[in-house]
Amino acid sequence: MSAQQAKPRLATIWLDGCSGCHMSFLDIDERLLDLVGRADLVYGALVDAKEFPEGVDVTLVEGAVGSAEDLRRLLIVRERTRTLVSLGDCAITTNVPGMRNSFGPGPALERAYLQNATLNLQVPKVGLPPLLPESLPVHACVPVDVYITGCPPSADRIFQAISAVLDGRLDEAAPETKFG
Amino acid sequence: MSEIVIEPVTRIEGHAKITLFVGADGEVTDAHFHVTQFRGFERIAQGRPVHEMPSLMARICGICPVSHLIASAKACDEILGVAVPPVAVRLRRVMNLAQIVQSHALSFFHLSSPDLLLGFDHDPASRNIVGVAAQAPQLARDGIALRRFGQEIIERLGGKRIHPAWVVPGGVSAPLSEPQRDAILASVPEARKIAARTLEWYKENLASWAEEAALFGSFPSLYMGLVHETGNVAYSDGGLRVVDGRGAHLLDGVDPRPYWDFLGEAVEPWSYLKSTYFKPLGYPEGMYRVGPLARLNVADQLGTEDADVELAEYRLRLGRFPNSSFHYHWARLIEVVHCVAMIEALLSDPDILGDDVRSRAAVNRSEGVGVSEAPRGTLFHHYRVDDNGIVQWVNLVIATGHNSLAMNRSVLQVARHYVKGDEVKEGALNRVEAVIRAYDPCLSCSTHAVGQMPLQIDIVGPEGQLLRQLSRGAG
Repeated sequence: MSAQQAKPRLATIWLDGCSGCHMSFLDIDERLLDLVGRADLVYGALVDAKEFPEGVDVTLVEGAVGSAEDLRRLLIVRERTRTLVSLGDCAITTNVPGMRNSFGPGPALERAYLQNATLNLQVPKVGLPPLLPESLPVHACVPVDVYITGCPPSADRIFQAISAVLDGRLDEAAPETKFG
Repeated sequence: MSEIVIEPVTRIEGHAKITLFVGADGEVTDAHFHVTQFRGFERIAQGRPVHEMPSLMARICGICPVSHLIASAKACDEILGVAVPPVAVRLRRVMNLAQIVQSHALSFFHLSSPDLLLGFDHDPASRNIVGVAAQAPQLARDGIALRRFGQEIIERLGGKRIHPAWVVPGGVSAPLSEPQRDAILASVPEARKIAARTLEWYKENLASWAEEAALFGSFPSLYMGLVHETGNVAYSDGGLRVVDGRGAHLLDGVDPRPYWDFLGEAVEPWSYLKSTYFKPLGYPEGMYRVGPLARLNVADQLGTEDADVELAEYRLRLGRFPNSSFHYHWARLIEVVHCVAMIEALLSDPDILGDDVRSRAAVNRSEGVGVSEAPRGTLFHHYRVDDNGIVQWVNLVIATGHNSLAMNRSVLQVARHYVKGDEVKEGALNRVEAVIRAYDPCLSCSTHAVGQMPLQIDIVGPEGQLLRQLSRGAG
């Protein structure tokens, strides 16, 4: 990419996950400063953008799709992203969020708010996104371009993948991950 | 009346929005801090074998997995009915302290320093760690290096920076090797220097944040935290102390495990975050705070020399019981000094290399509670199992829930000052978010759910109609 061209636009988003994949991304340590020299961080937990921007080159998606709000956000992200990366086991397999699929959201909510509470027992609903009947992997909802496995993937693997995608070497982004 | 909605709240750890209720006269009358995601760990854990619990529970949170590992393992220790070998107790402490350092570094440098260095009214497009790196490269590098210091200790002990499987029921899975111990000790001087120069920078600039310090959750409340028998701050063990901000101890040295005797959990219809309250005072009068500000108010001293000098200056300038949540930042930096010194002290004892680090047992009790201090405050894990060690029931009381009442009140205080009518400047909204950042809430933990805490502000009219939704556009 020539100096005249704008830097590639990088975003991250986390859905139903623990943020561990984002933390592993931060574990690239000082390489973070190199990375933001090569790409603009336009959306994610570290920056103040409120709306997911248009024209994003690479988005890392952490977490499963657990609520209606997760799904709504993911659809916007996919529409505005060139290369979508499914980051970590929750995004790829649903992993921990998928553990509630066998009984569904009802019993989970009842446990937290009707049984394990002492006052105002009720399931909170006002202005809150409802949970989906089951958690879904990202690729069940939108097409995914790159998969990076791990709980979480190591910082080195994340850095290697981002570098490869930014350089346009999509095949080398996650060489160890093969499906089918 | 109208509503202002801030969504998402940015530079915080989780999914949230804020609703401000504005009366006909344009004054903010109420505020709700909504946590908008829920995961259900208390139900997910049911049916799992007890030995799996620490590793499963670590997945509540990628920021403070070690806190959950420790509290979970302590609950499991009780269920096994074992005495954890003394070396393992100390090794767990080292990992917990390293966790606090790395989490505090994330909160202070990566999330809050953009407000403090660049200003609350700075252009949101560069009001972030990249903007900090451009203006003050040393500060950004220090933040990354201090976080790395904590994360590398966790990796050297547990083999992995995030979700290490090393903390197990009965102790830890492997002893510390001499080369790893030496490598950690070799990294201490740099961490100590970073902590010291960041504190100097913070103290030099404190006067420039006087307005925010006076308004960011500045009110009396109770404070809760763990203390040793000496009255010094405790992080992995110790008794519970609750103080009222005037010097009275409402609880002192109390066994924290029967938490249901003194803590209640209330549900509000507009948040997945439960609000914990001090039962003797009821709800919501039993509002209390936990985390760095509370721990420094609760403890007599920290117990390491440099940190206690800093604590003395803190109390000299702010009083014995600072009650503004803005001072979470300063308290956090002082805790970093203390935790680094504690790590060095624990590792300087040659006994730390001992290889008796795990007690093994089958299930001997049907119930266990584990308590520790997470970076954000006191954490409780409570399990019941059957005779085969299969988990039947779980309750988790999480640091961010303790602070829920105070966070709501803080948001209201900041909004009342900066928001008039529905003409709201971006910098005012950022201050509403910044007071939340001061608490460093972890919403993954708090609803056993995580997200990047989007913040939306709704402005709701007197009849409950949505007047306006505020959100900042991206580049």
